[in-house]
Amino acid sequence: MEQTERAPGIGIGDYITKHIREYGLLFALIAIMAFFQVVTGGVLLRPVNITNLFLQNSYIIIMALGMLLVIVSGHIDLSVGSVMGFIGALAAVMIVSWGLPVWLAGAACLVAGIAIGAVQGYFVAYWKIPSFIVTLAGMLVFRGLSLWLLAGQSIGPFPNSFQLLSTGFIPDLFGIGRPNGVALALGVAAVLLIVWQGMRTRARNARYGIEDEPFGLFILRNAIVAAALLFVTWKLAWFRGLPNVLLSMVILTVVYVFLTERTTIGRRVYAVGGNAKAAKLSGIRTERLTFLVFVNMGLLAALAGLIFAARLNTATPKAGFAVELDVIAAVFIGGASMSGGVGKIVGAVVGAFIMGVMNNGMSIMGIGIDYQQVIKGLVLLAAVVFDVYNKNREA
Amino acid sequence: MTALLEMRRISKTFPGVKALDDVSLEVREGEIHAICGENGAGKSTLMKVLSGVYPTGSYDGQIVFDGQVVDFRTIRDSEDRGIIIIHQELALVPQLTIAENIFLGNERATRGVIDWPQTFSQTEALLAKVGLRATPGQLVDSLGVGQQQLVEIAKALSKNVRLLILDEPTAALSESDSQALLDLLLELKGQGVTSIIISHKLNEVRRVADNVTVIRDGASISTIDARAGELTEDRIVRDMVGRDMANRYPERERRAGSVVFELKNWNVWHRDHRDRQMIRDLSMTVRAGEVVGIAGLMGSGRTELAMSVFGESWGRGISGQALMHGQPVDLSTVDRAIKAGLAYVTEDRKTLGLILDETIRRNTVLANLDAVATRGVVDEARETDVAEGYRRTLRIRTPSVFQKVMNLSGGNQQKVVLSKWLFTNPEVLILDEPTRGIDVGAKYEIYSIINDLSREGKAVIMISSEMPELLGMCDRIYVMNEGRFVGELEGQQASQEAIMSLIVRE
Repeated sequence: MEQTERAPGIGIGDYITKHIREYGLLFALIAIMAFFQVVTGGVLLRPVNITNLFLQNSYIIIMALGMLLVIVSGHIDLSVGSVMGFIGALAAVMIVSWGLPVWLAGAACLVAGIAIGAVQGYFVAYWKIPSFIVTLAGMLVFRGLSLWLLAGQSIGPFPNSFQLLSTGFIPDLFGIGRPNGVALALGVAAVLLIVWQGMRTRARNARYGIEDEPFGLFILRNAIVAAALLFVTWKLAWFRGLPNVLLSMVILTVVYVFLTERTTIGRRVYAVGGNAKAAKLSGIRTERLTFLVFVNMGLLAALAGLIFAARLNTATPKAGFAVELDVIAAVFIGGASMSGGVGKIVGAVVGAFIMGVMNNGMSIMGIGIDYQQVIKGLVLLAAVVFDVYNKNREA
Repeated sequence: MTALLEMRRISKTFPGVKALDDVSLEVREGEIHAICGENGAGKSTLMKVLSGVYPTGSYDGQIVFDGQVVDFRTIRDSEDRGIIIIHQELALVPQLTIAENIFLGNERATRGVIDWPQTFSQTEALLAKVGLRATPGQLVDSLGVGQQQLVEIAKALSKNVRLLILDEPTAALSESDSQALLDLLLELKGQGVTSIIISHKLNEVRRVADNVTVIRDGASISTIDARAGELTEDRIVRDMVGRDMANRYPERERRAGSVVFELKNWNVWHRDHRDRQMIRDLSMTVRAGEVVGIAGLMGSGRTELAMSVFGESWGRGISGQALMHGQPVDLSTVDRAIKAGLAYVTEDRKTLGLILDETIRRNTVLANLDAVATRGVVDEARETDVAEGYRRTLRIRTPSVFQKVMNLSGGNQQKVVLSKWLFTNPEVLILDEPTRGIDVGAKYEIYSIINDLSREGKAVIMISSEMPELLGMCDRIYVMNEGRFVGELEGQQASQEAIMSLIVRE
């Protein structure tokens, strides 16, 4: 919410310096992609690899949506990786061992996720136990419970209908085949929608005299985003079309952007994270809100668990191990503040992509897992140092 | 007397702002020198230049201390010369003992091993010197704010202080603690300690200061010599605001209507200590269009009373009856209290009133978000209109309502808090220290807003530690002591003496 009155005749350069965080994130993603595109000899942006990128990172992105709300409200959730693994195991037991129908097991798993979130949220919100401790306990408990459920074994494979959740593609209704018509149509529609929304916001800002980015920069930014989107859909269209997961990811992202930026609930979450006491004295039911934020996190962790299990086509005791760290890192790379009240959904999603592209690119290059960890850690540190540096410069 | 400190033609620029413009200050050996000025006038910046927070080279001008030109690069440099600042926010570690705090960073030690007997005996001597009756091993946590202030001074004395600087030392202190602190300053002066005191409270300045320098808009306006008999509050105020302030309180006419809000036999127990009763059997009434004051010392239970009424935000075991227009109302949660028509402007706007990192617009609608939303979706256009409306009517000085509130001055922040509560359309406004930390000009504006509200028929309850403010604004004043109302004074009978005598008689 860096909104300050626009000085007359502010230049593009000045504007970027003032909003360095948002643009920096976009440029960082582009730079990282360009780098890996070159060093992997063009493998990164091959259609099959782009498809893989989305499949590999979908569960991280979905959990980052919930984690952003948790972190904005001033908390943390360390249990999401374990919960994700546990739900995958639960799904495997219900579908493979008990033979329950996929829809019923899926619904039961989501309800289980909600229940898990509710229990943790209850202790955090109403007992005022620090979320770090509650979810650290949750992390251990659910890691143990997955081991117990699976009895240390892997369970699989899943029926086809379940796998479609993750590995399915949206069929081409136009019957073109290659390139996939639906993919192209949706890609173009998305671009038009983004530009149209952008124009509307600009018009509204102009009416209220809110400072806005210079028109040239608006064009440039939209051109880059549009080009990237069209490029990706073009590539995907030449492979197998849009993965189901990509569509659910996009829809969820749009829903959460709307939730955080336009609804009263979203506003209140930011208010609670920004100053819980003031929010409470303004009549906001802070406890209930914190509780709901954790319930939401549980639901999304369960969804991620289903998607992850469907992609691997098996539930393993190691699923979800240390994933919470990637999710939390994505949210912080995306510009959220540890002290709460600050952060954006789009930032968290871009942060997750930055992590995802690095994972993918380094794997293609054959960099060992040891160096990968070191590099990811340094990128996280650099992103946060950059944040703090900018904040100090502002003050 | 010779000059101990001379700051010559100091100028300091921040990007886009000239914070100090050719300011000069001369402090003589052995005097108490007061610096007065509105918030944002440049007092703190000047002290930061002096103490080395802004190092040599980041400002223009010259500092001469003890006859030598000095170049301070860090706070350590200035402390080594005996210049010690005690900030408004005390810099003590609550979980450590008094002795540990006093010698923190300056430990009595040989090769890193602390000499406890020496630490404790020196602490005892220092505590005796500042007149604090406490043991060196007591935790700072267990002390009141006034006593903590004394620990800070003891800490300064432990460092062989030549020049002691106190930034708003009595802002958080009760009347009697303030008096004790000022007495201590005079006593230290007798022992040859020179001090600078930055204060908003002109009666205190008049009491202790030998010289007063007034700073306005980053420039030194005047230095007034108390011994020459030039020192009057009017003179200081005139120099501070740049105009005569004949009336510090706007005119108001009494027009009390019917009783709006009533409390009967209100009892509240302490939040943490279950056996301590904080509010005892208290009853009060407020009428439409009336401004009712609550006077009392710090710790008399004024804030606790307000917060217990407002959604039971403080205390436990609350009993008694609350009535609106003669009908019992449920005030058990904050949103119920708001719905019942109550609003509470907290004493501490930064930690309890505002979300500093958010814009004026978002803070304004916070307590009544549903009014700018349709089915849970916020209408940003309506939200902006609301905030713009209050910006104009309350004259909030800001480039736009999209500015973050942390960038506003204290007075303008307080207006944002008022906007927030006015937007809930309350019938009863409880204002807890509504002008604390606000400069003279902005205070007048807040008073005018209060008068406008009461003219509209709103009932106002005003809690304040500044008695002149209560006397200047209120139609009726309840005097509170130890959780009870010990008296009630009509506007005409009220005087500072009447209030104090009611308090001390108990």
